[in-house]
Amino acid sequence: MQTGKLSTWSKTFLSVGFFFLYAPILILVIFSFNKSELVTVWAGFSFKWYGELFRDPQMLGAAWISLKIALLAASTSVVLGTMASIVMVRMGTFKGKTAFSSMITAPLVMPEVITGLSLLLLFVAMGQSLGWPGERGILTIWIAHVTFCTAFVAVVVSSRLQELDESIEEAAQDLGAPPWKVFFLVTLPIIAPALMSGWLLAFTLSLDDLVIASFVSGPGSTTLPMQVFSSVRMGISPQINALATLVILAATIAVFIAWWIAQRSLKQTTHISK
Amino acid sequence: MSKLGARSIIAVPYLWLLLFFLVPFIIVLKISFAEMQYAIPPYTDLVAWVDEGLTINLNLGNYAYLINDDLYARAYLSSVRIAFLATVCALLVGYPIAYAIARADSATRNALLMLVMLPSWTSFLIRIYAWVGILKNNGLINNSLMSVGIIDQPIAMLNTEFAVYLGIVYAYLPFMVLPIYTNLVKLDNSLLEASADLGCPPWKTFLTITLPLSKAGIIAGSMLVFIPSVGEFVIPEMLGGAETLMIGKVLWQEFFNNRDWPVASAVAIVMLLLLLVPITFFHRYQSRELEA
Repeated sequence: MQTGKLSTWSKTFLSVGFFFLYAPILILVIFSFNKSELVTVWAGFSFKWYGELFRDPQMLGAAWISLKIALLAASTSVVLGTMASIVMVRMGTFKGKTAFSSMITAPLVMPEVITGLSLLLLFVAMGQSLGWPGERGILTIWIAHVTFCTAFVAVVVSSRLQELDESIEEAAQDLGAPPWKVFFLVTLPIIAPALMSGWLLAFTLSLDDLVIASFVSGPGSTTLPMQVFSSVRMGISPQINALATLVILAATIAVFIAWWIAQRSLKQTTHISK
Repeated sequence: MSKLGARSIIAVPYLWLLLFFLVPFIIVLKISFAEMQYAIPPYTDLVAWVDEGLTINLNLGNYAYLINDDLYARAYLSSVRIAFLATVCALLVGYPIAYAIARADSATRNALLMLVMLPSWTSFLIRIYAWVGILKNNGLINNSLMSVGIIDQPIAMLNTEFAVYLGIVYAYLPFMVLPIYTNLVKLDNSLLEASADLGCPPWKTFLTITLPLSKAGIIAGSMLVFIPSVGEFVIPEMLGGAETLMIGKVLWQEFFNNRDWPVASAVAIVMLLLLLVPITFFHRYQSRELEA
């Protein structure tokens, strides 16, 4: 596609699009510093809602549970997702590959209520016939999150794996490196940025999930989105705005770091290929 | 790669997905034929030993219930209608954005793309919640319009179908932009030049060359918006109010409020059947992307 200076039309579309995407977020951030209880009337600058947020034991407890689950789920799904993308990109055809590729792509679009309900029914059935899992909680949420995050990681990693020059791996193999060594010393360092963005994606997806966690959680494992949802249902609260601002800040920093690393590695690879 | 090594690399993700993605659907199918009972678990067994003989109780009652009570049919229809119209809106908003990004030079392109994706890295729930404060009767839009004096009665925007469309387009826009952009950026420039050289006006070049060649991206983006929207729960719950009927919300209420697991399962199975064609469509595109 022809590239160059943006036309007036393009600039208009982009400005309107970005205004639409960012205005609600900006409004949320601004009103988190509002002194008044009313979320839509400005009454002066204050950090009061941040103080209340950090004094709310339920919110803090839920945040801690969510972080633990997200760390575990992201790490596991990076391993599984990378294996899945190697299977998709490098293994050629094998018996049952169509089924495998459907199970990798379907979770990307599956409505969350269906995934949540089906996993809950599985856990109940397993608990009845096998006695495991005995009760629902962090473990079952972790399994549920790994299952859908793996699909997203697989998409991110396979696109990087496809771009990878296979001759580098073949060279290592010809020089006598066993397959596992080729993978850990040659392939892994090259696809590492994709693994990192896959991990970040899985981490945010897990941290963000309300519907699936609501189905598969048990007593004592209320996640942050579940806590936020129940307080939002009661009505609007500026405390949620304060939380939202912190989440947005954290996400922005993480995305910028990931973007910076990706840009740097892009420059390096283009440098090498020259 | 050694045969054993290759097999175990296939086996680990395969078994995980088989156990936690495929088997659950079979259980949902099974329980959709069960009856509700007040016990733990709250459904009857399909297979039972009665008088030393195996009996199978297939109960079609849940499906009959879905057909007889027109609430469900209306919920399915309005879900599909809302998801479809919202997808069309997202395409109309998203295509020009994707097009504009693909036309930018490569440095700007990456920055713009990141800006499109950034909101979806922040919480989905929080982004939908942001609209509640903007749309409600004493919310930002109504308050500002009233203080300027354009209106003297608040316009009802929250708890309407309009708010649901807005929410879906807002939340899913990046998923529409990304696949279309990926397609447009690969477009061979010489085709457009050839068309221009042969005297074709730009709008005709767009309609006869650019648009057909970005078809795969349009399909993928539309499916990424349409399929999850049909079963969406958070958006109709928070923005749609009691009036907006969507099947994701119905399933949630059957499960959490009525505690009727068999009916909730039947609702899920019918929703899956409805989505089977679009999911297959999406799968065909996506597996080509994965293996290409």
